[in-house]
Amino acid sequence: MVAATLYDKLWDAHVVRDTADGTSLLYVDRHLVHEVTSPQAFEGMRLAGRRPWRSAANLAVADHNVPTLNRDRGIADPVSRLQVETLDRNCTEYKIVEFRLADSRQGIVHVVGPEQGATQPGMTVVCGDSHTSTHGALGALAFGIGTSEVEHVLVTQTLIQSRSKRMLVRVTGQLGTGVSAKDLALALIGRIGTAGATGYAIEFGGTAVRALSMEGRMTVCNMSIEAGARCGLVAVDDATIEYMRDRPFAPRGSMWDRAVAYWRTLVSEPDAVFDRVVELDGAEIVPQVTWGTSPEMVAEVDAHVPDPAAERDPTRRTGMERALAYMGLEPGLPITRIRPDKVFIGSCTNSRIEDLRSAAAVVQGQRVADTIKLALVVPGSGLVKRQAEDEGLDRIFQAAGFEWREPGCSMCLAMNADRLQPGERCASTSNRNFEGRQGHGGRTHLLSPAMAAAAAITGHFVDVRKL
Amino acid sequence: MQPLTRFEGIVAPIDRANVDTDAIIPKQFLKSIKRTGFGPNLFDEWRYLDHGEPGQDCARRPKNPEFVLNQPRYQGARILLARRNFGCGSSREHAPWALADYGFRVLIAPSFAEIFYNNCTKNGILPVVLGEEVVEQLFREVAATIGYTLTVDLPSQSVATRTGEVFDFEVDAFRKQALLDGLDEIGLTLQHAAEIRAYEMRRRREAPWLFQAPDI
Ligand code: SF4
Repeated sequence: MVAATLYDKLWDAHVVRDTADGTSLLYVDRHLVHEVTSPQAFEGMRLAGRRPWRSAANLAVADHNVPTLNRDRGIADPVSRLQVETLDRNCTEYKIVEFRLADSRQGIVHVVGPEQGATQPGMTVVCGDSHTSTHGALGALAFGIGTSEVEHVLVTQTLIQSRSKRMLVRVTGQLGTGVSAKDLALALIGRIGTAGATGYAIEFGGTAVRALSMEGRMTVCNMSIEAGARCGLVAVDDATIEYMRDRPFAPRGSMWDRAVAYWRTLVSEPDAVFDRVVELDGAEIVPQVTWGTSPEMVAEVDAHVPDPAAERDPTRRTGMERALAYMGLEPGLPITRIRPDKVFIGSCTNSRIEDLRSAAAVVQGQRVADTIKLALVVPGSGLVKRQAEDEGLDRIFQAAGFEWREPGCSMCLAMNADRLQPGERCASTSNRNFEGRQGHGGRTHLLSPAMAAAAAITGHFVDVRKL
Repeated sequence: MQPLTRFEGIVAPIDRANVDTDAIIPKQFLKSIKRTGFGPNLFDEWRYLDHGEPGQDCARRPKNPEFVLNQPRYQGARILLARRNFGCGSSREHAPWALADYGFRVLIAPSFAEIFYNNCTKNGILPVVLGEEVVEQLFREVAATIGYTLTVDLPSQSVATRTGEVFDFEVDAFRKQALLDGLDEIGLTLQHAAEIRAYEMRRRREAPWLFQAPDI
């Protein structure tokens, strides 16, 4: 028998049936549901006279549309409110566990799932959201799906899928001080491009990945979709198992030991073969900042905005020219001369407790620069928020001039009131710098929480290691 | 879902790589709880000069004359020609809903983002992958000829120009069938309900913790 990769082990454990055309019917252990991509699925199910296959496999939370201020007044925007209320109604009707707006466990679906232990090693985890790849950090096969597939999962607890190719991203050595999982992810995307892993499932390995905390692994897996991969994976180790212990949805009693014994097998065999291997040297990775409108348009913080004239591929060249025009940047400008108007620390990429700690460490005792119009911290969940407050992080941020908000997606995609105005520039810890992503005409620079905090304090991008 | 077989359509070119789903349908329109009505907001930020919000009468909004879909020569286009990594970004199915609502049935590009590709085939849209060079050639031909059309034939998996040049493409058998027949995939899967139950029984024995009620 061929030595299996982790991806293949997870896949094989979930095949209900294989078909002659090469697709498989895969069983789904956990389905996460949020308000934006589910209403049409519930409606489709209802219109067809169908019901959920196993309500208990679903967990729902509203995150994309929710306000981060004045929660007690409810949702002001009637269209957003209807969407959230529709989720509430659907979950009540079909007996799906939902953390509602007033619940301290409410938050971004990809923060809530692992935090609750609702996503576990060895599971298949899906959600109508591309960043479901985040949960692969636990050694789960986790990927985003569309609304038709949401309906398919609700009704059948399965999905029709075809197997991806396997890519190993091996990060050797160690990341330097002040260099984070976010920098690793951006450096990888800069190297292989946003379509570099299309058709692949990425497993992250190597000493630098093994040394990452679970939260850092989540950041890396979260961004694997930005490299084109459907999912990202990290093999189970002691850190994974410690992370799972005592979480509300985690196995209990004698089940715990049985689960752990199984989880320990969730690694690629030493001689497993990958279709493609990408190697990065962790020690060479430095803090990254994106300068364009695609996550692959990224530079090291001490570099310059690149010159499209030097690019030989014509499609890429026009893409760069368009991006620079949109971003209002000139070729050759040092990245450290770029001055953001707003700073956003949040999103499913970087809103967990360690992210907030690393930003707070930079902010401590400092003031946000006068030129910064708004600096926002949006914790990933109510529980992250509470923990941060217990540690006094909220006071550090607020004393420096940051706003401390309620959890949700917020300015990651600006579906609520938190957004950029046309032409405004943002230092953002989120995952996408597409045109208009954070608001019509808004300009996004992606970076790590510590780097975002440093930009807030100095008023321009700066190598956080030199502060 | 309307079955798709063979048809000839006007081709509209979107000449940029990495067109993301935020560009195809901006987030403010995702607040809708319906599946229809997204066509007028397809490529909203590029198509109109003002900022779009749900519920506007798009016919009265100022259009960007530079944008392809606003040019008279591309009116009635049913085929969209695009560059690599089309549809990257979020999993929002609103993107194919908007493309379909506008009238597109076929997309041609050197590559597509995976979730988007999947979502298209579930909504009667055929994404056709052709090589970079072929796509480059088609971009040149579209620019040179007003009213340029292509004929797409799903059964034979080919795209033909009016001059008779034919390019073959790949599509997996399951997706092809779904597009040809407009299948109810959920209904098909439910025919295997007994197998799904058998799998669950086995899993309950092997990994019972997956079925344990949470401590909440
Ligand atoms: S935080 Fe951003 S990327 Fe993450 S789920 Fe919310 S909108 Fe999507």
